[in-house]
Amino acid sequence: MARKIRVLVAKPGLDGHDRGARVIARALRDAGMEVIYTGLHQTPEQIVEAAIQEDVDVVGLSILSGAHMTLIPRVTQLLRENGADDIIVIGGGTIPEDDIRALKEGGWVKELFTPGTPLEAIAEWIQSNVKV
Amino acid sequence: MNDQPKGIKEGLEKWRECRCQMKDRDFRFETVSGMEVKDLYTPLDIEDLDYERDLGFPGEYPFTRGVYRNMYRGRLWTMRQFAGFATAKESNKRYKYLLEKGQTGLSVAFDMPTIMGYDSDHPRSLGEVGRVGVAIDSLQDMETLFDGIPLDKVSTSMTINAPAAVIWCMYIATGEKQGVRPEKLTGTIQNDILKEYIAQKSWIFPPEPSMRLITDIFAYASRHVPKWNTISISGYHIREAGSTAVQELAFTLADGFAYVEAGIKAGLNVDDFAPRLSFFFNAHIDFFEEIAKYRAARRIWARRMKEKYGAKDPRSWLLRFHTQTAGCSLTAQQPENNIVRTAYEALAAVLGGTQSLHTNSMDEVLALPTEKAVQIALRTQQILAYETGVANVIDPLAGSYYVEALTNKMEEEAEKYFEEIEKRGGVLACIEQNFFQQEIADAAYRYQRALDSKQRILVGVNEFVNPDEKLEIEILKIDPKIEQEQVARLQKLRRERDNIRVRETLEALRRACEGTENVIPYILDCVRAYATEGEIIQVMREVFGEYKEKPTF
Repeated sequence: MARKIRVLVAKPGLDGHDRGARVIARALRDAGMEVIYTGLHQTPEQIVEAAIQEDVDVVGLSILSGAHMTLIPRVTQLLRENGADDIIVIGGGTIPEDDIRALKEGGWVKELFTPGTPLEAIAEWIQSNVKV
Repeated sequence: MNDQPKGIKEGLEKWRECRCQMKDRDFRFETVSGMEVKDLYTPLDIEDLDYERDLGFPGEYPFTRGVYRNMYRGRLWTMRQFAGFATAKESNKRYKYLLEKGQTGLSVAFDMPTIMGYDSDHPRSLGEVGRVGVAIDSLQDMETLFDGIPLDKVSTSMTINAPAAVIWCMYIATGEKQGVRPEKLTGTIQNDILKEYIAQKSWIFPPEPSMRLITDIFAYASRHVPKWNTISISGYHIREAGSTAVQELAFTLADGFAYVEAGIKAGLNVDDFAPRLSFFFNAHIDFFEEIAKYRAARRIWARRMKEKYGAKDPRSWLLRFHTQTAGCSLTAQQPENNIVRTAYEALAAVLGGTQSLHTNSMDEVLALPTEKAVQIALRTQQILAYETGVANVIDPLAGSYYVEALTNKMEEEAEKYFEEIEKRGGVLACIEQNFFQQEIADAAYRYQRALDSKQRILVGVNEFVNPDEKLEIEILKIDPKIEQEQVARLQKLRRERDNIRVRETLEALRRACEGTENVIPYILDCVRAYATEGEIIQVMREVFGEYKEKPTF
């Protein structure tokens, strides 16, 4: 039997809006994945350290503070510097379309899910993009 | 008279028999909070309602019908749009714009570094300066923020919690610079740390020292800033985090009782600080549930304050509240629909007797609002106030079988939560046990599942979708240069101020924090010396420690 997909749900930045992160963490767990939630106010360094330590397949970043253009590239950059660029970075939150385009085209993030995305759609995306 | 209920009962049974043969739509008939509602309410649902005991007259105990005798006939609610972004200078311009458009009070949004007590040049502030509110590092920024706005002429609400004491002192000091004495200042600081641990999660210190700061503010305000609302006990964020209406009501009032108990324990007379407590509720999309929530809140508060806490001053019994329409009810899809949602929510707030109101802008789900969107939101309130006629009559829904039954139900359900909270050892114990956080997370998850399975319809999101929707609304962008400029300004201030004075005042504050004296005069001295918010908070952090949450989902 295939092993379980491992996901780190992370909240970078200073804001405390954890409703989305916690709902998604629970949904991914219900979809059969191993989910680790970092808790709030994490720096990119802390997130990358946790991702490597927990040997995850996916890092999901939840950002609602408007700092996505700084924080998402920083996490991806640090993963690369630590030789962990096989970890897929995805994200969600209040992110305008232009920024989504820039982050995806810049290769900083594999996929971004905006408000209104069904939980199953996120779980399915992960299942079809992670090879286990 | 006695035969009336009997007649209604018989009639109802007959009606029910015929009605049950009719097929209902395939739909969950419940409130947005998942509370089941009946198809019909009759006098039988409020048989036990005693007008004088349970409703009374507006401005009279138990205030179910409103806190003032004349309500909106005397003065309309305050139209108070929450605003703030980028730098103090930019925000100052937006405030002047809003005042010019007929807004009647100011409401300041701070950026995340300010909310968390970090200066703009702190490594943790990187990328966050001026993003979701205005960056305030020192008294200098506060002076700029209110430049040309006389503080004795406006009332200002400031959404700040963990570092509330520092920001409030900056406001008092700005008044001093303008020649406005503290007793003339009117406004509100949110200053509600309990809901931070419960829902919004912007904390700095552990609960105990945080509660001390709050009671220090109560004490200082009662002597020196008597017209200031020292706390805005907030259900808004609890609801936005995913709670039900009952949870919002119960947890918020429980927090309120905890502050009252803390004040009494700190040796204050309840009537010296209770009249300055104010509340802040959400206006979600379920119209009647919200109205019932506000009415129940007033009644519960009045009864407890009088009967349990022995408050004698009638002003201590009043639950005055601000309302904001529900950000979490808005959709990123077809954002123009949010104007309609917000209008219904605003109507519920007004029919529920709110004292002030913020209406969300249609684009707030995407970014900070543009001027155009803010204007529509403000106009929504003005149309309500001046065109619809709903402000003419006080508490016009009183006596509705449904509204009164629902008001009773909200009160009963809230009482059950109060019992549970007490059994668990009180609000602080419940926070430690993750009780509130888990209840809210469960409700949020249920709600999302209901949307995903289409048991609940969200127009434009899971039904009535425009498949090829292209967003055509303008998005407010914050220039990244703002961060560099703010940092440069801060560093210039650090070079030019009297740094010996800064060190002395910070040291005096440290000693006050270590002791038991009221810390507010010491913070004021630091602020007047242009010590920065980050420097002041750092001193307090070293004495008080930092709060850590156990992450769960």
